[in-house]
Amino acid sequence: MNYPILLRGVLTVTRKDMRIYYRKAPVYIFGLLMPAFLFFAFFIGRDLDPAKYFPGFLAMSLFFTSSSVGPIIVPWEKQAGTFERLLSMPVTVTTIILGDMLAGAIFGLLISTIVGVAGIVLLGLSVTNVLLLAVLFLLGNACFAAMGELLSSTGGRTPSNVMMLSSLVRFPLIFISGVFISLSDMTGLGLVTAYFSPLSYLVDGIGATMDQNSVFHWGVDILSLLAFTVLFVFASGRVLRRSLMKGL
Amino acid sequence: MDAIRADNLTKEYGEVVAVDHISFVVQEGEFLGLLGPNGAGKTTTVRMLNGVVEPDAGTVLIMGIDMVKRPLEAKSRIGCIPETGNVYQDLSARENLDLVGRFHGLSRSERESRSGELLTSLGLADRGDDYVRTYSKGMRQRVSVACAMIHRPSILLLDEPTEGLDVQSRRVITDLVKKTNAEGSTIVLTTHNIEEANRLCQRVCIINKGRIAAIEAPEKLRRTYASIQTVEVAFDGKVDVASFAAEHVARAEVFGDKWRFSTDDPDETIKHIMKVAERERLKIVALSTVGPSLEDVFVRLTEEEP
Repeated sequence: MNYPILLRGVLTVTRKDMRIYYRKAPVYIFGLLMPAFLFFAFFIGRDLDPAKYFPGFLAMSLFFTSSSVGPIIVPWEKQAGTFERLLSMPVTVTTIILGDMLAGAIFGLLISTIVGVAGIVLLGLSVTNVLLLAVLFLLGNACFAAMGELLSSTGGRTPSNVMMLSSLVRFPLIFISGVFISLSDMTGLGLVTAYFSPLSYLVDGIGATMDQNSVFHWGVDILSLLAFTVLFVFASGRVLRRSLMKGL
Repeated sequence: MDAIRADNLTKEYGEVVAVDHISFVVQEGEFLGLLGPNGAGKTTTVRMLNGVVEPDAGTVLIMGIDMVKRPLEAKSRIGCIPETGNVYQDLSARENLDLVGRFHGLSRSERESRSGELLTSLGLADRGDDYVRTYSKGMRQRVSVACAMIHRPSILLLDEPTEGLDVQSRRVITDLVKKTNAEGSTIVLTTHNIEEANRLCQRVCIINKGRIAAIEAPEKLRRTYASIQTVEVAFDGKVDVASFAAEHVARAEVFGDKWRFSTDDPDETIKHIMKVAERERLKIVALSTVGPSLEDVFVRLTEEEP
């Protein structure tokens, strides 16, 4: 593998995605409005301790934003007839996946950093481990951007269908991951289910950086997010290679 | 060095064999036309040549580099207009060119100077900063051609680049492609336009049902099939096609104000036409015989291949 060409391809794909897809309506609807609506629906008007639920809300917003860009890219490109040209460039499937994933992660990182800083300042929260929080932000964004890419790779050429599929996957995840019910309050089957969601580890890790009860050691949170990221990237590659010509 | 060497290329989609063990070589600087009816396997062949589709069997060498083993290096030597090769409509022509230039590792100054040069030669200099979505189909295709050429590729793979375009756009594109070939680039052109292939290509490769039916210079192909003759006749009145049915007439078709009869026996065909003219009380205004056109050869080959 020629790594300089690979790296150049990844960065060019990312640049292309940022230039074109950051401005698409579905990204704003599913990446910004949806978490905002959920925030209003579940947190506003209820007598909840904002400090206790902030890690969950921050993780949810990161989860939605970083996974909102990926799902639209491949279907959009197939529908617009640009995907075949992209494939004929000096790129491989790996290049495209990593480039799209990076674009999603940067979008998520930008938005979630704004939400995080604003929340911490407005609520007067203290972060006891800034480095861990930064690592969790980077890993979380990479992980959920990769998940978005996996959803994007499924083969459809209609962005709205893929966004629907992505909602079907994303919504259940936020309900089982300690966003609305703290992981430390979960028991039995609920907690076991939470183990299978990558979002649980992000919620748990962010909670740990704000001195809240965490269920897992932060090392477990980081390793789990890393494992899910690798799994999503690997699965995206397999799925996209199989569905590459679908809809062209 | 061979610019392209395809050995035993095969691609199957389920039960369908799209490309069936084809092999050919394209020399550096050559202009090769790929012809074939719809579904013959031309696009699949081009997709294997440009690395979009991985062959089930066989190899593609681009300037000696294996496309499957070293796709990034091989693709760097190719400029391509794929079958569905739209450019990004949310970007301007210049931004599209810049993007492709980045993929190929051109420096900023190279990207800018080459973009300006191509946009000028394609007649888009004054619209280069407008969004492509505001362009006509012909203008979009010109941008697509420019994108394929920005990095001065050794090989250009063009899959029906002039399909459905107006005469002006077609001419601008073919002129640029010809110029690029004259400067040393190897061209592989897939087209349905046999006249275009005849005019531009040094050799044509006729593909039918996933196999190569013939690969030869257009003139040589015509000579090989010299037995196919065409008789052109103009009558002074209307006549029904059914009147000309005869064993030695392969095809009878109206061509402008004339009838064209493809035959391997012009003598018998002319006698037959005379008889029909006499019976139908038609006056023959003009009559001539011409050798086989590339189209005649194409039809013969694609009809005969199993």
